[in-house]
Amino acid sequence: MEQSEIHPGQRTQRILDIAAALAVLGALAVVIFYAPLEATMGAVQKIFYFHLSAAWAGMLSFMIAAIAGGIYLARRQTRWDQLSLSAVEVGLVLMLMAIVGGSIWARQAWNTWWTWDPRLTTVTIMELVYLAYFLLRQGVDDPERRARFGAVYAVVGFLSVPLMYLSIHLYRTIHPLLLGSSASDGMQLAPRMTQTLLISLAAFSVLLAALLYRRVRLARLADTLDALRQQMD
Amino acid sequence: MNRRPRFWRAALTVAWKDLLTEWRSREAFSAMLVFALLVIFIFNFALELKPAARAEISAGILWVTLCFAGALGLNRAWVSEKDRGCLDGLLLAPVDRAALYFGKLFSGWLILMLIAAVLLPIYGLLYNQNLILPGLLLFIALGVEGYLAVGTLLAAMAVQARSRDLLLPVLLFPVTLPALIAAVKASSTLLSGLPWVDVQPWLMLLLAFDLIFTVVAWLAFDIVMEE
Repeated sequence: MEQSEIHPGQRTQRILDIAAALAVLGALAVVIFYAPLEATMGAVQKIFYFHLSAAWAGMLSFMIAAIAGGIYLARRQTRWDQLSLSAVEVGLVLMLMAIVGGSIWARQAWNTWWTWDPRLTTVTIMELVYLAYFLLRQGVDDPERRARFGAVYAVVGFLSVPLMYLSIHLYRTIHPLLLGSSASDGMQLAPRMTQTLLISLAAFSVLLAALLYRRVRLARLADTLDALRQQMD
Repeated sequence: MNRRPRFWRAALTVAWKDLLTEWRSREAFSAMLVFALLVIFIFNFALELKPAARAEISAGILWVTLCFAGALGLNRAWVSEKDRGCLDGLLLAPVDRAALYFGKLFSGWLILMLIAAVLLPIYGLLYNQNLILPGLLLFIALGVEGYLAVGTLLAAMAVQARSRDLLLPVLLFPVTLPALIAAVKASSTLLSGLPWVDVQPWLMLLLAFDLIFTVVAWLAFDIVMEE
């Protein structure tokens, strides 16, 4: 009883952790052993599965952050702020994975570490938006105001994403790029590749759930600790 | 029924107050103007502006200059309110707080437009390029509006944080990037003499940004100003 009061949700946490570990390891096995070797690129192409999955999970996480921020502003319950903050943090990590993985892939596919491709650029600017989010939160001492400002910025930042993508996309299509920026649009996937991709997407969704759950619990414990500290003073 | 005219009267009063204090001290305006001119000179040497290259990047230089000067002005507008304790007074006023937002937005917009009005002829003179075009003025008016629509909201947040003047550009630049891209591309397309059809998508994008973010910032301003 005492134990579960200090560590609420520990059981769910453990289940999610194990599920995420199994899912990601399973997906990794599928990527390595089941997915066919791409004809021209060889093994490096296999980065693509985890790259796309990480980007998907990161995007989902940012969306959760914006929605939770909106709900916080409407209801003013701390748990929504905890969820929003956690989702931003998890999203940052996943997106960074996607960018780094994509960069390694691009080196092989397009012979460059970086291209100013609309998706890549948009995602990188998103990372900057959410890094600014942390700077904003760090600068505000009052917890209620910190939550409020964070929620407003999470919503405003996320709203600028579609316009950002559109503007960078227009920028690139008007000025044709030497490197095919739509290379993956025209990419034909073999059935086995599609299956592998779907498995990786599912695995990363479970990973996202596990990470988010863990991070929300951490936020909750941190808030409890803060409250206890204030009682001591 | 009576609410609407009252709202706009309050907004205009706030704007008038800002412009009057600015007129008396000319603190922000002169600092922004000198800063903007310095940025242009720095660009001149940093990029070694040759006549051929200039026409293409004029729009970019102008917009970077306006953005920097705008961030300076936004900080100033809110920090001075906060430091002199005027902000509490404004918040106590029995008017809709959104009126405060529109007042601040309008005064900021007017000051930055004045900066642009001085900057354009000087830039044109320095580089022998006519920049007083109705189209360009329209893009500047719209781009500055979009930039400050977000900027006014974020500056109101930043001023209540610890590292306030440091924080604003970091918060502001990534979010307003779409407006900046659209404004730069619209301006440079116009300046390179391409047909209006090429300008249109950028103009639409700019209008969409202005509309979306003015409404969002207006709605969020109340939340930011809660005490």
